[in-house]
Amino acid sequence: MQIHKYDTVIVGAGGAGMRAAIEATKRSRTAVLTKLYPTRSHTGAAQGGMAAALANVEEDNWEWHTFDTIKGGDYLVDQDAAEILAKEAIDAVLDLEKMGLPFNRTPEGRIDQRRFGGHTRNHGEAAVRRACYAADRTGHMILQTLYQNCVKEGVEFFNEFYVLDQLLTEVDGVKRSAGVVAYELATGEIHVFQAKAVIYASGGTGKFFKVTSNAHTLTGDGQAAVYRRGLPLEDMEFFQFHPTGIWRMGILLTEGARGEGGILRNKDGERFMEKYAPVMKDLASRDVVSRAIYTEIREGRGCGPEGDHVYLDLTHLPPEQLDAKLPDITEFARTYLGIEPYTDPIPIQPTAHYAMGGIPTNVQGEVLADNTTVVPGLYAAGEVACVSVHGANRLGTNSLLDINVFGRRSGIAAAEYAHAHDFVPLPDNPAELVVSQVERLRESTGTERVADLRRELQECMDANVMVFRTEQTIKTAVEKIGELRERYRNVSVQDKGRRFNTDLLEAVELGNLLDLAEVMAVSALARKESRGGHYREDYPNRDDVNFMRHTMAYREVDEATGAESIRLDYKPVVQTRYQPMERKY
Amino acid sequence: MSTPTLQGHGHSSALDAAEAGAAHLITVTLRVRRFNPEVSADAEWVDYRIPIDPKERVLDALHKVKWEIDGTLTFRRSCAHGVCGSDAMRINGRNRLACKTLIKDINPEKPITIEPIKGLTVLKDLVVDMDPFFQAYRDVMPFLITKGNEPTRERLQSAEDRARFDDTTKCILCAACTSSCPVYWNDGQYFGPAAIVNAHRFIFDSRDEGGEQRLEILNDKDGVWRCRTTFNCTDACPRGIEVTKAIAEVKRALITRRY
Ligand SMILES: Cc1cc2nc3c(=O)[nH]c(=O)nc-3n(C[C@H](O)[C@H](O)[C@H](O)COP(=O)(O)OP(=O)(O)OC[C@H]3O[C@@H](n4cnc5c(N)ncnc54)[C@H](O)[C@@H]3O)c2cc1C
Ligand code: SF4
Ligand code: FES
Repeated sequence: MQIHKYDTVIVGAGGAGMRAAIEATKRSRTAVLTKLYPTRSHTGAAQGGMAAALANVEEDNWEWHTFDTIKGGDYLVDQDAAEILAKEAIDAVLDLEKMGLPFNRTPEGRIDQRRFGGHTRNHGEAAVRRACYAADRTGHMILQTLYQNCVKEGVEFFNEFYVLDQLLTEVDGVKRSAGVVAYELATGEIHVFQAKAVIYASGGTGKFFKVTSNAHTLTGDGQAAVYRRGLPLEDMEFFQFHPTGIWRMGILLTEGARGEGGILRNKDGERFMEKYAPVMKDLASRDVVSRAIYTEIREGRGCGPEGDHVYLDLTHLPPEQLDAKLPDITEFARTYLGIEPYTDPIPIQPTAHYAMGGIPTNVQGEVLADNTTVVPGLYAAGEVACVSVHGANRLGTNSLLDINVFGRRSGIAAAEYAHAHDFVPLPDNPAELVVSQVERLRESTGTERVADLRRELQECMDANVMVFRTEQTIKTAVEKIGELRERYRNVSVQDKGRRFNTDLLEAVELGNLLDLAEVMAVSALARKESRGGHYREDYPNRDDVNFMRHTMAYREVDEATGAESIRLDYKPVVQTRYQPMERKY
Repeated sequence: MSTPTLQGHGHSSALDAAEAGAAHLITVTLRVRRFNPEVSADAEWVDYRIPIDPKERVLDALHKVKWEIDGTLTFRRSCAHGVCGSDAMRINGRNRLACKTLIKDINPEKPITIEPIKGLTVLKDLVVDMDPFFQAYRDVMPFLITKGNEPTRERLQSAEDRARFDDTTKCILCAACTSSCPVYWNDGQYFGPAAIVNAHRFIFDSRDEGGEQRLEILNDKDGVWRCRTTFNCTDACPRGIEVTKAIAEVKRALITRRY
């Protein structure tokens, strides 16, 4: 075991982690631990754009953006945070441009902007061009640009280091962050990183679904690490299902395709979104469109021999426009479906896409231990976190924005905290939990296989807690997850070695997915209303009287029996100037 | 099978094929180059026979082996759709991304050979040491260099100037090009095509003012002049970047000092 000491440790090198690293490295001795090489992070898969009311192509302002974000989130958004997001968006985009990001340009040479779902002029009048973009590779360009600037700033990376535990030490009656424990993929060695400040930027958790736009590596490791140490997770029942994933594969086809004029059609060729969202049509918010798609499918208007998908039709758009604005997604259709989007519509279905919930933080990125108390020295930013700027449903292009705004904020805040504070002593035997977890898996002779449990989990989640949920389906999921968690104790791996043991790490990742799936299902069961991405057929309306509040889920362990359970609590939503209204598009 | 057609469009046979119902599985042989120094100093070929839908990816086939037959098989992957650059490998002797190569596109009748990319040290099975590759990338100063005060708004750039370097912005640093280059295999010092592609991305960016510095680095004896224009790199690039052309443009810029 090795012990390292840094002022600031950042867990993750996607957009949020690297944006934080650029700030933290300038201000403190910083290490970035990442399980992937930085440029492999899933931020690079983001396609459509990053929102900011630059008003480069038409009238726009950050107040409209704030409103859209709050309405899009079905009023579960903390309004102070949304205001910061929309205000700081403008500098966040300009900063990236100055760092070198090659945005698409207007004829005048300014950053070009396009339409995206839920972004409107003047509080819902009509769609507005707010998304700054680089073809359909905006995330790729952000990831590359941030990595380039990390190289420039000399950021210190520990690549292929998996953080598996968060260390907390109680000093003066307050639990403080003391550091993290990581597993080095190349050698199997365990490393303890003592740090004054730790920032989680480890991304989402989409891999507990089967049809998903998320990478194999998005397994919620950061959320699981803090949750297991008794810290809460916020709003985990809210998961976004993006309307247009490639049928069965889940590979994303950006909403920018509809922003450029693409149309959703059912088997009769009907533009069905006109029925569900007369004003915004195909560009209504994502939860609305995903439900509309499944309604069409359920009512027998789905396409294909099994009637289980609909079409994204781009055939009326000029090929030059597709080549210039949507080159990658049209290539995905060619590569993975063998069809030509110039002439054929693309079979699509909703795909599990984005975790609105996560580690609760305030607007400085400080992690919360309960509704109000911060954990000194602990920060989170990006998809792993819940500020909450996305509420019950995130608007497209607001996450690339979130990772930049709150990545930057947490990088500055953590480094300044590190300056002002001393190291907190490490707990005795800091690597104990990770060592025992890893050794147990390596030595286990159990009969359960990781791949089987993971497949069963994913199938269960797709069937029971996706776009439509009911008491019955969620209970089925809770039960199944419980069974899988039980069987997980009996899991074993074939690779017993130390070098690049990805077999072992997949087992660890599965453990994280199981924990988080349970939190999601239990949180969803208790929320007896429909709001944003959480739709209960048995409670189809939003219930502001009882549920205008964030869910806070805590892991509890019975000291006598060791039995684990989940305790739910609730946190008020911060409302400033926008009164909840019915959401219409 | 007849699905009602879209207004104004017929259903092409490609769409019908894409939407065809239940998968029909075929059996393929994956012949994988295995190496684990914890077990043996020598690499060996191992065959795995698996049933698979030909519309699936080589990455899916590798996962089937790892998840159902032999958990020790080791490879990198993340996004599974050709955007993260994790899984460049030699498939039937050609550098490709496993997640962007469909079984049906590589003759599933014969054994499919899978080896690590060449020119970088193999650490285990299909995993190679990427550090020298990223070091060469860092050496070309892959970041925007500007002088003077920052503007308050964005720097202006015309759409034409933006188009000038569009091709090389697509790079995902997968190393398929560099590890297909015979000069790189034989000369550990050569930067390799990927680093030059990333230098090109900045040299031809109208906003950049670091061109001279970068060109000097590339003018070095281990720089662009090593390139023998074999086009392997362009053939290998999964992003369709015209790598050889980019290298030629950098060479020309070195001679003319115009870019
Ligand atoms: C296909 C797709 C398209 C999208 N398009 C858009 C869009 O157009 N606009 C928009 O706003 N949003 C979009 N999103 C959402 C947005 O891209 C993501 O939410 C965002 O990029 C997440 O960034 P992140 O930095 O939080 O996490 P990631 O980029 O996922 O990075 C996570 C990092 O954490 C590291 N990590 C994870 N676990 C560990 C561990 N245990 N130890 C150490 N390191 C760890 C990883 O190595 C990685 O570096 C899209 C998402 C997807 C999937
Ligand atoms: S130029 Fe192409 S082949 Fe080379 S590293 Fe970049 S993406 Fe890969
Ligand atoms: S797994 Fe990302 S490029 Fe293949």
